[in-house]
Amino acid sequence: MHSGLLVMTADMLSNGIDSLIGNTLITQFIMVILEIVAIFAVISVAVIIQVYMERRVCGFIQDRLGPNRVGPFGILQTVADMIKLMSKEDIIPAKAERVLWGITPMLLFIPAALVYAVFPFDDGAIFTDLNIGIFFVLAVMSQSVLMFLIGGFASENKYSFIGGMRAVAQMLSSEIPMAFSIMAVVMVTGSLKMSTIVAAQSGTWFVFIQPLAFIIFIISMTMETNRTPFDLVEGESEIIAGPFTEYSGMRWALFFLAEYTNLLTAAVLTTTLFLGGWQGPVLPGIVWFIIKVFLMIFVFMWIRWTFPRTRIDQMMGFSWKILLPLALFNIIATGIGVYIYNWMY
Amino acid sequence: MNDGIFTVMFYLAAIIAVTAAWGVIYCKNLVHSALFLALCFIAVAGLYALLNADFLAAVQIMVYAGTVVILIVLGIMMTRRVSMDRSNVMEKSSILGAAVVSLLLLVCLLLIFLNVSFVDSAVNDIQDTVGALAQLLLTHYVLAFEIAAVLLLSAMIGAIVLAKGADEK
Repeated sequence: MHSGLLVMTADMLSNGIDSLIGNTLITQFIMVILEIVAIFAVISVAVIIQVYMERRVCGFIQDRLGPNRVGPFGILQTVADMIKLMSKEDIIPAKAERVLWGITPMLLFIPAALVYAVFPFDDGAIFTDLNIGIFFVLAVMSQSVLMFLIGGFASENKYSFIGGMRAVAQMLSSEIPMAFSIMAVVMVTGSLKMSTIVAAQSGTWFVFIQPLAFIIFIISMTMETNRTPFDLVEGESEIIAGPFTEYSGMRWALFFLAEYTNLLTAAVLTTTLFLGGWQGPVLPGIVWFIIKVFLMIFVFMWIRWTFPRTRIDQMMGFSWKILLPLALFNIIATGIGVYIYNWMY
Repeated sequence: MNDGIFTVMFYLAAIIAVTAAWGVIYCKNLVHSALFLALCFIAVAGLYALLNADFLAAVQIMVYAGTVVILIVLGIMMTRRVSMDRSNVMEKSSILGAAVVSLLLLVCLLLIFLNVSFVDSAVNDIQDTVGALAQLLLTHYVLAFEIAAVLLLSAMIGAIVLAKGADEK
């Protein structure tokens, strides 16, 4: 039986609703709605914290203060920004394809949020524990590239379009090393199920068994989330802002939301696959999970504000000629390792 | 799963798939057609998921819907038009071809339907679809699996050779 803090809360809540309504089916339905609302709440709160954290970390690394005027230590800066974005004029380019251009920011959020259905936040606190868990994440995450391409295409603007094309090239070359680095983890676990992957790390975290896969995963995840040194899709000094060039106000805010949701996804995936998920001594699972996730978010921000932007050919060459062969080598080495381990024990 | 929910979800996915397929044919803009194709593939993935074929559904989304991106890029690069507005217009001659192909497909499907007896499996659903698929692929169908792998490898090498071009001196 699961003993996590979140599961206990959910059980208490479901028992309470059950005694109030007395119909199990309706209770289950209400619980599913509540769980979805909880996931969206987690995403929104995490995005607000990340935006503030990004600025403070950036300020710290560049030896300046960062936002410090709105509220104590500037924590209300993100709120002020949201109000500013909401009050902005909604500018639609005259020659853009109105329908495609309008739905792109909304569509982009769907794959970004859908993957949260299979993330284990705590012992048993997982929306659906699919048998194909991690494969589902890969399949859904790869869909976001389509939105970048449509956004770039529908803006009818050369910079947006180049950005969209770059997104396709970049995502294709980042997803393959990423999938292969995950495959090594799956080989050790013997399952695609997220809860099994976390349970398999109760003894040793996979970061110690699979250090090479961990490094490849971090690098390809940086490419996947379009962050410096691989933010070629936006590349301000080259193509203004890529697919986001023509978007302003709340439409741009939706792109921003999806971007930080993806950063959270990257941190959660790293935590689940390599850092033992919610497992840890003394403290409850959810606390360990939050600590590890924010540690990983800090690492991604550290990378972003430390390295300069690469060129597109450097990035593609690095991904196909160095990361992919390394990932393939890692799979073969893992296969031999698993074989020897099974033979010895 | 609850039967009522199953029926509602089935018709939802089926209607989306058929409508999207209709859009693929009748859109004048190639990019719009390709986007409807992605929607159609995702709806078909929903049908697979309803049939408990979870791995197949994920593959459908990853491989088929993912390929639409490449399709759009190729469509834009190959057509070389300033505007994509009338890049997928129906020609009179293509209507005839479409009619012949549809008729042939209909006859084939009818023949299959009339000659195959569909049995309801008495065994429970397979829980570990990935494991079962892997077992079959690497034992019973290993020859087909390897041939497909070699075919893909040769296609990839061919593409690299073509992309590198001749050594002009």
